[in-house]
Amino acid sequence: MADKTMQLSDVASHVRSGMTVGIGGWGSRRKPMALVRELLRSDATDLTVVVFGGPDVGLLCAAGKVKRLVYGFVSLDSIPLDPHFRAARESGTIATTEYDEGMFVTALRAGAARMSFLPSRAGLGSDVLAMNPELRTVASPYDDDVYVAVPGIRMDLALIHLNRADAAGNGQYLGPDPYFDDLYAMAADRCIMSVERIVPTEELTADAAPQTLLVGRMFVSGVVEAPGGAHFTSCDPDYGRDEAVQREYAEAARDPGTWAAFEQRFLAEGTR
Amino acid sequence: MSATDATRAEVCVVACADAWRGSGEILAHAVGIVPTIGARLAKLTFEPDLVLTDGDCFLMSEPPPLGRNASAGGTIESWAPFRRVFEILATGRRHSMMGASQIDRFGNQNISSIGDWRRPTRQLIGVRGAPGNTANHRVDYWVGGHSTRVFVEAVDVVSGVGNDRARAQPGGALRFHDLGVVVTDLAVLDYDAEGRLKVRSLHPGVTAAEVAESTGFAIDTGSAGTTRLPTPEELELIRTVLDPQGLRDKEVRS
Repeated sequence: MADKTMQLSDVASHVRSGMTVGIGGWGSRRKPMALVRELLRSDATDLTVVVFGGPDVGLLCAAGKVKRLVYGFVSLDSIPLDPHFRAARESGTIATTEYDEGMFVTALRAGAARMSFLPSRAGLGSDVLAMNPELRTVASPYDDDVYVAVPGIRMDLALIHLNRADAAGNGQYLGPDPYFDDLYAMAADRCIMSVERIVPTEELTADAAPQTLLVGRMFVSGVVEAPGGAHFTSCDPDYGRDEAVQREYAEAARDPGTWAAFEQRFLAEGTR
Repeated sequence: MSATDATRAEVCVVACADAWRGSGEILAHAVGIVPTIGARLAKLTFEPDLVLTDGDCFLMSEPPPLGRNASAGGTIESWAPFRRVFEILATGRRHSMMGASQIDRFGNQNISSIGDWRRPTRQLIGVRGAPGNTANHRVDYWVGGHSTRVFVEAVDVVSGVGNDRARAQPGGALRFHDLGVVVTDLAVLDYDAEGRLKVRSLHPGVTAAEVAESTGFAIDTGSAGTTRLPTPEELELIRTVLDPQGLRDKEVRS
């Protein structure tokens, strides 16, 4: 099996301006923050970011990396609204594709299955269709139902963070929720996965059920060992969310000087 | 403990609990403290088969302490990570009570943003699951501060689908659309035959004029009764079992 391990410093070489990048996790949970840091350090701009958003979105918006955001929601969980995302929206600096959460998952599933669309009941009658005028409906060939035809999302690159993996790219989650990281990997042409720890393959199932093996190596192009790589978001059971740093992150948005200092610390990995 | 010394928050809890009456063995999705206590109260009293969550990914036969997840206690009976929640809601075996930043006379709800969505004056959380919830199963709303800012003539972004839009939808794809009640700190609202909000009951001490003045569109108060008080058993459960710390008073001032 090919050894796919790579270093954090290699990540930037896989990112180009204009790419569509999916970021795993959910809200402020198991976000690949170490990989996002590399994205911030790269010179790539005009990104289309596909996400159940948390502070990854705020950081990328504040750095001017985002052209379009495709999202089901953006929240920091313990802090309902991300101030940087709010600022980007209220100043009109990013284009948006706002979906219902279930529609967003449908779009990922369609992308992973290489379908141009999958039908969805969610979205009908709501302003999701008004906000996304490119969306079309589709008539059922079996009855008089009409559904939203949710277009499949394909990504150039997916970034995800799991608890453990082997060097070949078999990824394992040990927390309570897989989120949608496996779908991101399957809907992307390339997937870079960071993990708390790279272990020999036989160790993966030595003390954990095989159902924890969420991401198969066919869908992973690079594995990075990055302990604390989701900090300051949560990565159960390795660590919970660092609420103190998250509060600092949110409060720093109030003042450009404070924000510049926080961002610099974050880029220097000094928030841990 | 006498029912007549119930606080407004406790009246609201019981009004929320009553929204689950007859729901049976379905997943109760409750957003906010008062709706969460209401769902738990319903399960402990008249809806024992209701399925509760810890707010994260576990279904709980005994819920954890209010505001905490399964890591803080309770008994896990099943597992519903986010992906499973979307599968469950599509089956219809779920019933939501969500919040609303804006709501209009037909029950169209907005939690996405205020102003023109292209460049909102205030970005909120996004439509989240509201379009899918309202397309798939019964949805109620909880409004802790009944005001003309929330009850508006027209909402800025229709997130949860209202009755007028659901009825105008061609074909049968929205046949599972089902709006129930809106519980506020002043009253319980439901919908008339045309799908318009009306006042079902005023909380004890609230006048029809007060509700009308706090609502940004004309609302029928003509058939309004009085919201029931909690029973002594319900009060005991709320105060000693479900919310001994009094978190309910954060959402509703007495």
